[in-house]
Amino acid sequence: MTTPLVEMRDMQKSFGGIKAVDHVTIDLYPGEVVGVLGHNGAGKSVLTKMLSGALPRDGGEIFINGKKASINNPRDARSYKIETIYQYLALADNLDAASNLFLGRELTTPLGFVDDALMEAETRKIMKRLNPNFRRFHTPVSGLSGGQRQSVAIARAVYFNAKILIMDEPTAALGVQETRMVAELIEQLKSEGIGILLIDHDIHQVKMLCDRANVMKNGQLVGTVKVAEASEDDLLGMIIAGKCPPSAIPGPGAIQTA
Amino acid sequence: MLTTRMTAMTETSPAAPPPAKPRGFFAALEIDTRLIGMIGAFVVICLIFNFLTDGRFMTPRNIFNLTIQTASVAIMATGMVFVIVTRHIDLSVGSLLATCSAMMAMTQTLVTPEWLGLGLNHPATMPIAILVGVLTGLVIGAFHGWLIGYLAIPAFIVTLGGFLVWRNVAWHLTDGQTIGPLDENFQLFGGINGTLGETWSWVVAALAVLGAFYAIFQSRRNRVLHEFPVKPLWAEFVLGGVATAAIVGLVAVLNAYEIPTARLERLFEARGETMPEGLVQGYGLPISVLLLLLIAFIMTLIARRTRLGRYIFATGGNPEAAELAGINTRLLTVKIFAIMGVLCAISAVVASSRQTFHSNDIGTLDELRVIAAAVIGGTALSGGMGTIYGAILGALIMQSLQSGMAMVGVDAPYQNIVVGIVLVFAVFVDILYRRRTGDKT
Repeated sequence: MTTPLVEMRDMQKSFGGIKAVDHVTIDLYPGEVVGVLGHNGAGKSVLTKMLSGALPRDGGEIFINGKKASINNPRDARSYKIETIYQYLALADNLDAASNLFLGRELTTPLGFVDDALMEAETRKIMKRLNPNFRRFHTPVSGLSGGQRQSVAIARAVYFNAKILIMDEPTAALGVQETRMVAELIEQLKSEGIGILLIDHDIHQVKMLCDRANVMKNGQLVGTVKVAEASEDDLLGMIIAGKCPPSAIPGPGAIQTA
Repeated sequence: MLTTRMTAMTETSPAAPPPAKPRGFFAALEIDTRLIGMIGAFVVICLIFNFLTDGRFMTPRNIFNLTIQTASVAIMATGMVFVIVTRHIDLSVGSLLATCSAMMAMTQTLVTPEWLGLGLNHPATMPIAILVGVLTGLVIGAFHGWLIGYLAIPAFIVTLGGFLVWRNVAWHLTDGQTIGPLDENFQLFGGINGTLGETWSWVVAALAVLGAFYAIFQSRRNRVLHEFPVKPLWAEFVLGGVATAAIVGLVAVLNAYEIPTARLERLFEARGETMPEGLVQGYGLPISVLLLLLIAFIMTLIARRTRLGRYIFATGGNPEAAELAGINTRLLTVKIFAIMGVLCAISAVVASSRQTFHSNDIGTLDELRVIAAAVIGGTALSGGMGTIYGAILGALIMQSLQSGMAMVGVDAPYQNIVVGIVLVFAVFVDILYRRRTGDKT
């Protein structure tokens, strides 16, 4: 078996007395889409935020390509080619597409000034690939539709050659057409060997897009299952009751049935 | 040169996206319509006062005075834009100005002449004093920023505290005394005591015009290189023409304000020459105004063309997104308040040298004028929106209202009532405008 692209071992995070993430271990292989499922408050967002550097972890270790990684802030995560597409589209609404795409990594002229023209050109190039209908390069992103905004967020991840992509409910704010666009894109990125962690609570979507799924409940891992070997009911059972089907590898959060 | 540029353009045009629909005059110019609105309001105010004062408002003399009265507040307003854009506020700028002014006044009346033994009006005094003032502003501003950014104390509280502290630190430094007269070279920044004269004013104007055209062509060339759609060529020339007219017009007016003959005679005497009979000389561009224009240029450059500026606006638009993009928003806060502090110090140079001495009440209520200028100039308190030129125009509009009413003979309390109403009304109009254009309010 190959080395996993990402391995998060024994991750822990508490807020006050509440264990938001309680000794969770998951992994992700190249070219794989792995779902992280659970109710609101199950800890799935917190878990992935520790990988993206947005939250410091209380305990646990992260391995990237088998090597121990130190990720303490978003910059660290980026240096490991980890990109995140957040649920609430982390865009600065008052800036245009190019400024958002390059936020924190602006292209500059030899004199050190930001090179807006070059950034716009690069943005136009990548948008032609991702969303050819995108034309509004000069409006603040607050004036864009949900799908257009999402394509800016995705373009950011793609442009900087993400190897590991975290998508936090990427289709929550989107219409049918736009959701399909994101789904196609996930397929495409997957075929390029990128590992994707998909956080979602839409089981249908998970069945469609993911290879494996990790289910979380009350901060604990219920279990990991190959999506092809589990029905939607199986997944629901894991999410709601914490009951693992026979095909799943149970985690610490699974109900002990036998 | 021009022909190659033209051919380059025609070559690229087929590849460019389909031409936009025929657009209106202002749309083709791609000017911020809010800017046009502000300029319109300013012109209306000037015309009304000019009418009410039988033409005294728009004389070279009064326009000259307006510019030097505006300089101090306008300089600080440019910094307040950054502060407000990042959803903070600075209530301490007037007090900070006073502390910087006190530090500089003590430096030039006590430290350099007595402690360093340089005597009065030594050429080194002015730069030393300014350095002391700027360092004072920088350190205090950065300290405010640290309290706000790293200790997470709200800016409102930190600067409200600073408002009380620095006003009275200034009092302590000077034992509550008025300190003056200030160094002669230092006084050059005060306005009427330091102007460029006609010739140098024209040189500055020529450089500014060249700079404007260079900037316009540079940006057009850049867009053509990347095959982006560009404005029609006539629009570029209209913009350049407007800029030229504004620059030349301002300098012509300031040059038209003549130095009184008696004063001119004294100036010649001081240089040991005799004045030629019938010589007429204009004041020209005041150094304080030149300083303001320079600061406006630098601050605009920071806002639009540097990472710092990009991060300031990104943080104002969505602090969380900025943080997730790896921007150190705490350090950014320190930088913003440090810039504000330095600008307070520069304003202190202008304000104290304008009155030729340091007084305890220097800069009193300036914090409110500065905030009002930024807000009238279109800076949104909700963050993420604001322009440097807007803030300067805002300062100019407020100062025009105030001096205009004074000239008409409105009593000071009534002046403040009007200014207060105008402030609220201006923001209301801005909100209506943004609602209509669909911008964030």
